[in-house]
Amino acid sequence: MARLVIDPVTRIEGHLRVEATVNGGKVKDAFSSCTMWRGLEIVLKGKDPRDAWAYTQRACGVCTTVHAIASVRAVEDAIGAKIPNNARILRNIIMANQNVQDHIIHFYHLHALDWVDVVSALKADPVKTSELAKSISSWPKNSATYFKAIQDKVKAFVESGQLGIFSNGYWGHPAYKLPPEANLMAVAHYLEALDVQREIIKIQALLGAKNPHPQTFVVGGQSTPVDAESQNALNADSIAFMLKYADMALEFVEKVYIPDLLAVASFYKDWAGIGGFNNFLACGEWPDANGKMYLPGGVIKNKNLAKIEPLDHKKFKEYITHSWYKYSKGDVGLHPWEGETTPNYTGPKPPYEYLNVEGKYSWGKAVRYEDLPMEVGPLSRMLVAYGLGHKDVKEVVDMVLKKLGVGPEALFSTLGRTAARGIETLLMAKKTKDYILELAANMGKGDTKIADTDKWAPKSWPKECKGVGLHDAPRGCLAHFIVIKDGKIANYQMVVPSTWNLSPKDHKGQRGPVEEALVGTPVADSKLPLELLRTIHSYDPCMACGMHMIEVKEE
Amino acid sequence: MERETIYEGLVRKGVSRRDFLKFCATTAAVLGLSSSYVPKIAEAMEKKQKPVVVWLEYQDCAGCSESILRAEKPTIGQVVLDVVSLEYHETIMAAAGHQAEKSLHDAVKNYKGKYLVVIEGALTDKDGGIYCTIGGKSNVDIAKEVCKDAMAVIAVGNCACFGGVPAAKPNPTGAVGVKDIIKDKPVINLPGCPLNVENFTATVVYFLTFGKLPAVDKLARPLFAYGKLIHDNCERRGHFDAGEFVKAWGDKGHRQGWCLFQMGCKGPMTYHNCPTIRWNEGVSWPVMAGHPCIGCSEPKFWDNNLYASTDKDSFYAKVGLGAMAVSGLISKKKTE
Repeated sequence: MARLVIDPVTRIEGHLRVEATVNGGKVKDAFSSCTMWRGLEIVLKGKDPRDAWAYTQRACGVCTTVHAIASVRAVEDAIGAKIPNNARILRNIIMANQNVQDHIIHFYHLHALDWVDVVSALKADPVKTSELAKSISSWPKNSATYFKAIQDKVKAFVESGQLGIFSNGYWGHPAYKLPPEANLMAVAHYLEALDVQREIIKIQALLGAKNPHPQTFVVGGQSTPVDAESQNALNADSIAFMLKYADMALEFVEKVYIPDLLAVASFYKDWAGIGGFNNFLACGEWPDANGKMYLPGGVIKNKNLAKIEPLDHKKFKEYITHSWYKYSKGDVGLHPWEGETTPNYTGPKPPYEYLNVEGKYSWGKAVRYEDLPMEVGPLSRMLVAYGLGHKDVKEVVDMVLKKLGVGPEALFSTLGRTAARGIETLLMAKKTKDYILELAANMGKGDTKIADTDKWAPKSWPKECKGVGLHDAPRGCLAHFIVIKDGKIANYQMVVPSTWNLSPKDHKGQRGPVEEALVGTPVADSKLPLELLRTIHSYDPCMACGMHMIEVKEE
Repeated sequence: MERETIYEGLVRKGVSRRDFLKFCATTAAVLGLSSSYVPKIAEAMEKKQKPVVVWLEYQDCAGCSESILRAEKPTIGQVVLDVVSLEYHETIMAAAGHQAEKSLHDAVKNYKGKYLVVIEGALTDKDGGIYCTIGGKSNVDIAKEVCKDAMAVIAVGNCACFGGVPAAKPNPTGAVGVKDIIKDKPVINLPGCPLNVENFTATVVYFLTFGKLPAVDKLARPLFAYGKLIHDNCERRGHFDAGEFVKAWGDKGHRQGWCLFQMGCKGPMTYHNCPTIRWNEGVSWPVMAGHPCIGCSEPKFWDNNLYASTDKDSFYAKVGLGAMAVSGLISKKKTE
């Protein structure tokens, strides 16, 4: 049996190592290991809870808004702050904008090269490429001249001998199935998407001063003023500015991302039977004025869409059987509020060739829901909404399934996961505009309140309190848990999407979702693990986030 | 094979002469150079080969890499295809695992003594380097090996420069900045959380144009980007001098763009060019958007509270009573 190692797993955020055993051309077992740890939660101990959003935001610069949002929500929950309507809407705009931009970057810049052979694009006929592009979209950049120019650029680049980030790619691998014309179209859109992601994120730059790491979240609300009558606040001009970029995003998603997704997927339908998982968890997101979520939360067990259970974070437990930590109570599962973490590295001394996967092998903990591993992310959200009969979700999911000629069972796969992300992008690109218009309407009423300032001073807080901040981030359910004593952080825990998806095995030997999804993956050449990367990337791993977990208890 | 020059690469990419000169002019502006330098920059771009860049990530959040993705002049597409030859960058490179390691190995071997190393994230050597390994190797071992034959090293973001967030008290993993590990190579620090991509481009162009690294302050930060206090160029400075301060989020002063000093602004102690170049192609910057500066280009900024000054008896609140006096105090401190 061959032992395969991928380290570094690239085109993700952070440091991930995957080891797998391969037999008879298929993955038999897989091990997911986080190989970097910073101890953010230790750093947070004793700090002002109002500062926590900024520290935790630095867990990740890719999904750069998500920890800030979960953090202010956790503190608000603990101290009983109520954010005003403007702040709720501003956060909705920022979250929707993040979702759309993050998914576009993922599809084109982190995931596409698993399916698209850049070198094959050189063999394409630009005229046929143009015909293909025109047959699936009315996007203006689809002439033969345009694709010829792209092809010439790629050709000159390849001939220059300096392939840069494209060096040593898997070009020519037998698992690539796209015809040269589809490859050329995708390469053109890879380059276009580089520009689009930079432009559309300007919504966040306006609302949050900058991106990455927007600086506008405060406990109790937002710090960017809203006042239609001021030039130093968000005003009518800001609304127009944001609508411009929201339109740009929606047009790109409708005319490029979705058609590309359908075109690429149609050549990889075998991946609708590879890389699936059974259990799914979503916490829901985008609250309206009454607190109802646009995308609902829920838990699906064993693919049963007919029975979706409500989510209860009290059923979260973290295990460390295979994680580099130790518990004072032994090998038990602990809820994050009660959790404890003491680093206990038992791995090999670097440099090493293989991890000891029989023992502890990751800085990530194994988080479980009622002792079950759970997949989180766009697929979980779409499945929960689909199962509950959500009108908007059902419409787009059914459209995609129909165009691909597959049934709903195809969703439980690597292909389904990648498709769900595209479906969600389309929904959220539309919702971004709705939220901007909602802000305009609220602004028009003369509402300038942006924060619950009564709860700003720590002396207005209970002496001891605890809270949870849930946020269904682009990569899935994110939960921050905080315990506050005398106005300072006594305990801070983050259970993040990659803690769920990339978790190592647990006390029962159950694999984490990515580990399980990899089992059975075909491997044409164990030295060139392209097929594994497809399933790993379909989860959009974010390891710096996932590497959590230090208990910050008062000693 | 003779490698093409940066200008040739841009032409091949379809960049017009006019856009090329615009790029040179923008870069000159970021560098604080007069327009008379534009031809010199253009000449350098026309003659110099693309510099080979190896980008390493350690205890990072990829925020500085994301910042690079927001590059506009030149765009990130032009950066990766034409301006530099980016031989290794884990967040965006096609290859993974052994193939990725080969790319790094090849770059170090083939361009010995001729490549630039960019480091994002802090380094950690504690407990044998176990807190950050790549390909089973310790981060510090890889960094030393790769930097050994580099021309120069650019540390991007506060983590690589000064340890950043992982080095915040009590620094659980012993995180440090690049200069604490790499002692035998010139290291330029480009702090910020994240790095502002305009300062990265300007540094690379400066290097190509003048054949040397830019003049720096005692923290190894280029003077063209970190030579002045935020406070000195702040658009709200007039309100500071007039004693007009924001007291609460969304109050009248906040909506009217008054000074954020009493909300905890670190602009008076922070050297960075945010007010002049702003972010995301000039859309905004923190103070403009109504949030205090958090001082992200300074060492150990994480060990200060973001908003502590809003407590009534704090230094900041008292200072509000005599803003003019403090204004004098700060300028005196700066000249010392």
